[in-house]
Amino acid sequence: MTDEKTTTKATYQIPIGPIHPALKEPVMFEFEISGEQIVDVDVQLGHIHRAIEWTGMRRNAIQIIYLAERICGICSFVHPMSFCRAVESACDIDVPERAHYLRVVHAELERICSHLLWAGVAAHEIGFDTVLFLTWEMREKALDLTEYLTGNRVTKAILTIGGVRRDVTADQLPKIKETLQYFKNNFEKLRHIFLDDKTFKMRSQGVGILTKEDALKLCTVGPTARASGIKKDTRVDQPYAAYGDLDMTYMTPDLLTGEVNGDVYDRIIARLLEVKQSIELIETALDQAPAGELVSEPKIPKLLAHIKKTAGEGVGRDEAPRGEVFHYVKFDGEHENPYTWKVRASTYNNILAWIPMLKGEQIADIPIVAASTDPCMSCTNRVIVIEKNNNKNYMLTKEQLHKLSVQKTRRLMR
Amino acid sequence: MGFSMLGPAFLQMFKKPWTNKFPAKYAPKNTTKYLADVGAGKAKLNPPVATPEKFRGKIVYDKEKCIGCKLCIRVCPCGAIEFKEKEKKIKIYLARCCFCSQCNDVCPVDCLSMSDEFLLADTDKYSKDLIVE
Repeated sequence: MTDEKTTTKATYQIPIGPIHPALKEPVMFEFEISGEQIVDVDVQLGHIHRAIEWTGMRRNAIQIIYLAERICGICSFVHPMSFCRAVESACDIDVPERAHYLRVVHAELERICSHLLWAGVAAHEIGFDTVLFLTWEMREKALDLTEYLTGNRVTKAILTIGGVRRDVTADQLPKIKETLQYFKNNFEKLRHIFLDDKTFKMRSQGVGILTKEDALKLCTVGPTARASGIKKDTRVDQPYAAYGDLDMTYMTPDLLTGEVNGDVYDRIIARLLEVKQSIELIETALDQAPAGELVSEPKIPKLLAHIKKTAGEGVGRDEAPRGEVFHYVKFDGEHENPYTWKVRASTYNNILAWIPMLKGEQIADIPIVAASTDPCMSCTNRVIVIEKNNNKNYMLTKEQLHKLSVQKTRRLMR
Repeated sequence: MGFSMLGPAFLQMFKKPWTNKFPAKYAPKNTTKYLADVGAGKAKLNPPVATPEKFRGKIVYDKEKCIGCKLCIRVCPCGAIEFKEKEKKIKIYLARCCFCSQCNDVCPVDCLSMSDEFLLADTDKYSKDLIVE
């Protein structure tokens, strides 16, 4: 007899979620782990479906703006903006020139807020909580400015169909300039901490790589795609609002480092570059904004009557901080409420990118890699399949269901 | 520079906290007693951060001006406004209000406006403070 032992290296499974301390929002992961390495990963969605589109189909267009704001607390400007643009294109409503520029100002301010929030969360995920507080201190300034311009901190309620509801007056400009100057002064500090710090480099370089091919194949959008070197940005590709008049380019990480790796580090670079770009965009938009009307039709009852009479469909595509947001609206010409309203948030595209990113990584890298796409579950969960499939291997097809039903009938007949 | 956060983190020890300590610098042992003391003038509240201009707070309703046109009810996204048929006036439930101020915009006689009052937390959603009529 020899002492030889045969060991079989079995993989084991770790389910994480739907509710888990490491996750900010409900999502279900099923990891297949070999030792410390992730062999395979499966993502399950659908835990936070709120039937927003269904609710929207029972409300008029003005009411939906505020419902669209609540799809996502962080993209609370871009969602209603996409919806408004969809309605505007369906009902042939022209937006005044000044409103276009003000929309850019608010959208870019939201991008600064969102990216700073993300940077803080990313720092928190790798256990670097001092940086979380540093970035969120800066974010607080952005939120104060939002409150100053709109009257609310998070759900801005600034948009309306055919324009914006509040003007940026001349006496508000000094405070805006002051806040933007604060961001500029602190940007270098932030860049230095995120890109030169040893802790960040150790945890983010070469981790969660998404190759350009995979990114293209999975249709990723926003900073996740741009960090993999794809030149894709709705603001540049299909300019909306006043973006066509503003000078801007795709923020890919090679602008700073000269190379694209598609790792978490590159995603940090892409977002930081966008913060800088957004500051510049707000400044130019405020400088170039012409004087004029804010709304094309200030009388809301008249606007609602116009929408009620219109039969048609419209699409709004906007670049949210996380990527492209898509809203589709159809009116039947008889009712005030839309016949159909469809929302596709950017995380929906980015979620499958987790699979190539996470394969081969360690368990401890899961939080930072998952967070690096800036996921937003409440935005994403749009469709729910009502089917009893608690066990993955036990999915009932229509035929099986029919068969079971017939069996039960026979059993009861006995 | 390997560890760039060391400097800022060290300097933080000599800085004042960013947070505004509202309503008191240290959490009182008994909140009800503390509030009673404030009411009696014995203790002092640490004031909240000032609200900016055009802040969207509790709705103010000018009942005399209202003509009962129901336009605010039509645009309210939350269904927070109720119509009183007899009086032809409205009643706003602030517990449902989302502070979008759409009713302020649509009102043809400007009988609705927004104040800067934001301390509206209550245990009863039908309490007197949360109903504007």
